[in-house]
Amino acid sequence: MDTLNPSEQRDLQRLAAMMIPASAEYGVPGADDPAIFADIIRSLGRDLPSARAALAALAEGGPFADLAAEKAEALAASLRTTPDLLVLHRLVLLCYYRDDRVMRSLGQEPRPPFPKGHVVEQGDWSLLDPVRARPPIWRPA
Amino acid sequence: MADPVDVLIIGAGASGAAVAWSLADTRMRILCLEQGGWMKPSEYPSTGRDWEARQFGDFHISPNVRKLPADYPINDDNSPIKIVNFNAVGGSTILYAGHFPRVHPSDFRVRSLDGVADDWPIDYATLEPFFAENDRMMGVSGLAGDPAYPAKSSPMPPLPLGKSGARLGAAMNRLGWHWWPSDSTLATQDYEGRARCINLAHCLYGCAQGAKASTDITYWPEALRAGVELRTHCRVREITLNEHGMAKGVVYYDENGVEQFQAAEVVIVAANGVGTPRLLLNSVSGKFPNGLANSSGQVGRNLMLHPYAQTYGYVDEPLDGNHGPPLCLWSHEFYETDPSRDFVRGYIFQMSRGVGALTEAITSSAAGRLPWGADHHRVYRNLLNHRIGMAAICEDLPEAHNRVTLDPVLKDGNGIPAPRIDYTLSENSRRMLAHGRARALDILREAGATNCDGELPIAYAGWHLLGTARMGDDPDNSVVNSWGRSHDVRNLFIVDGSLFVTSGGVNPTSTIQALALYVADSMKQRLATLFD
Ligand SMILES: Cc1cc2nc3c(=O)[nH]c(=O)nc-3n(C[C@H](O)[C@H](O)[C@H](O)COP(=O)(O)OP(=O)(O)OC[C@H]3O[C@@H](n4cnc5c(N)ncnc54)[C@H](O)[C@@H]3O)c2cc1C
Repeated sequence: MDTLNPSEQRDLQRLAAMMIPASAEYGVPGADDPAIFADIIRSLGRDLPSARAALAALAEGGPFADLAAEKAEALAASLRTTPDLLVLHRLVLLCYYRDDRVMRSLGQEPRPPFPKGHVVEQGDWSLLDPVRARPPIWRPA
Repeated sequence: MADPVDVLIIGAGASGAAVAWSLADTRMRILCLEQGGWMKPSEYPSTGRDWEARQFGDFHISPNVRKLPADYPINDDNSPIKIVNFNAVGGSTILYAGHFPRVHPSDFRVRSLDGVADDWPIDYATLEPFFAENDRMMGVSGLAGDPAYPAKSSPMPPLPLGKSGARLGAAMNRLGWHWWPSDSTLATQDYEGRARCINLAHCLYGCAQGAKASTDITYWPEALRAGVELRTHCRVREITLNEHGMAKGVVYYDENGVEQFQAAEVVIVAANGVGTPRLLLNSVSGKFPNGLANSSGQVGRNLMLHPYAQTYGYVDEPLDGNHGPPLCLWSHEFYETDPSRDFVRGYIFQMSRGVGALTEAITSSAAGRLPWGADHHRVYRNLLNHRIGMAAICEDLPEAHNRVTLDPVLKDGNGIPAPRIDYTLSENSRRMLAHGRARALDILREAGATNCDGELPIAYAGWHLLGTARMGDDPDNSVVNSWGRSHDVRNLFIVDGSLFVTSGGVNPTSTIQALALYVADSMKQRLATLFD
């Protein structure tokens, strides 16, 4: 299967960590965490061409992974809204926000919606009383 | 060549399913050709951990991104609103949210009441019995007593208010504005073999529970049991004519891409407001060099899409998030024309709960609310499940230059010319969108929301495809008559959203299906004289 080469992967891992770094305060891994990163690589699919193009732009002056922090930040910021980097960002987010540890830290059960579903409270239907009391608001025609 | 059928229906979506079911009791030989296949609910996104991710891939609402074999490309570059749909048994109801308002009585009299567009050749009373029949067949949840409508009732109780609905409802009460639980085709009780809604909340991407009434699980099983034949993976290229100028049948490509001809006594087109004009424009002949049934030149014109003003904000406590059906309430406060406003006609608000974890992250990143880096986690935790919002569904008036034509270059997988959309927002729509945004901000502020944002109009929101083969009494400016029969070709009928003369300011599927049932009923009443 076609995928990113090792140097592209190294650059992407650095970028992922810049997008979502690990946080001790919230007890969550960063997007460069090995399990999340492996998911990102596995999920490239249709986004591979955009990912490649975004990483190529980041690596124009040499490997992005080797840049000094300030330079890397500035370069990523300058490209942040380019269509290819937006696609890559989306890919990082979509693998990050389904990781079990991340979901638990957000109080979300790490599972698909089906078959358990969720519970929604009925709410207080007496709230509708003032609306019930209104005369018709549709125009006869 | 296959045996001729009595009735051939093209498209197995919302309207095709309804018309097939209704005509089945005539015991005629009825065949439906559908370019897509049957869906497998066990494979819907909500059954897997990648449930949110699939909305960017094989369940994207745009056929141009999704690119499944059943899809055809649509050149919508020249439209600020992109066309979205689904092509399968069930059609776009596989993806629809099931928000199910009817149009209002005044929507049939737009010219008489407000001096714009045209009146319909039928009225609300004509459709009323078919609205009710459709509500029963689709299974509608709702609450009687809404002052926004003439009296009506629903077979099931409404969707729960939840925390989001209660907060929005209380805000509307303080403003003194109308709100009501929406009519919805999400079953709140077990209904006719369908299981009740368990709040999977991913309604837009196929309901794995079967609680949402897509027509593959409502009308179709009943139509098939009654003897209708449904042939899937069959894409119709054109409708052909006989020497008397009547529809002879259709040329289509079967599952293997092999060209076939199917003869029929009656042809009914139910391919939606883009698929139907595309098919008619692709059906050229000596008699109809500009497309079948197009002597009026109206085929493809007057495309109406309902520009959406979406607005949302964040409150200081977690609400329902995406743990309930996204749409729960409506407001018709700004529906009817008010001369004190700077636009005619109006809109409803459909009010929404929050979005999923991934969708929150993606939309908030795109909007610049959610930063990269160390602060990402803190900011995100103030967004997830704190969102409430609404969309104003603005009535789009018919304009001849908003249209579907054939793209000179783009073709589908069978080499059939694809549709091209040319659409601009009118000044009236822009003003209405601005009004909808301003009132939404009033509501959100009253509900305690801050950090408000939205999309105006929503780009990927061309889900209501209306007006491109409109009905009317005058053959010079309409495509079909008041009961769906082509003025030009007397055994050709249209039953989908193309028929709409004006768009109303509500989601249209309840009305589309009521129209399909009404056309079927009109045909049944006239079987002996159908072609006179
Ligand atoms: C994401 C989304 C959300 C929506 N939410 C709502 C909502 O909440 N409420 C609401 O009222 N509406 C909603 N809608 C709109 C609703 O789905 C449509 O109004 C309704 O499905 C239109 O019915 P139809 O019969 O005209 O067309 P469709 O349901 O689109 O069916 C047309 C069928 O024709 C088939 N077809 C087309 N061309 C050919 C051909 N040449 N040969 C063979 N088959 C063909 C297609 O494959 C398709 O299955 C939504 C739509 C989308 C996409």
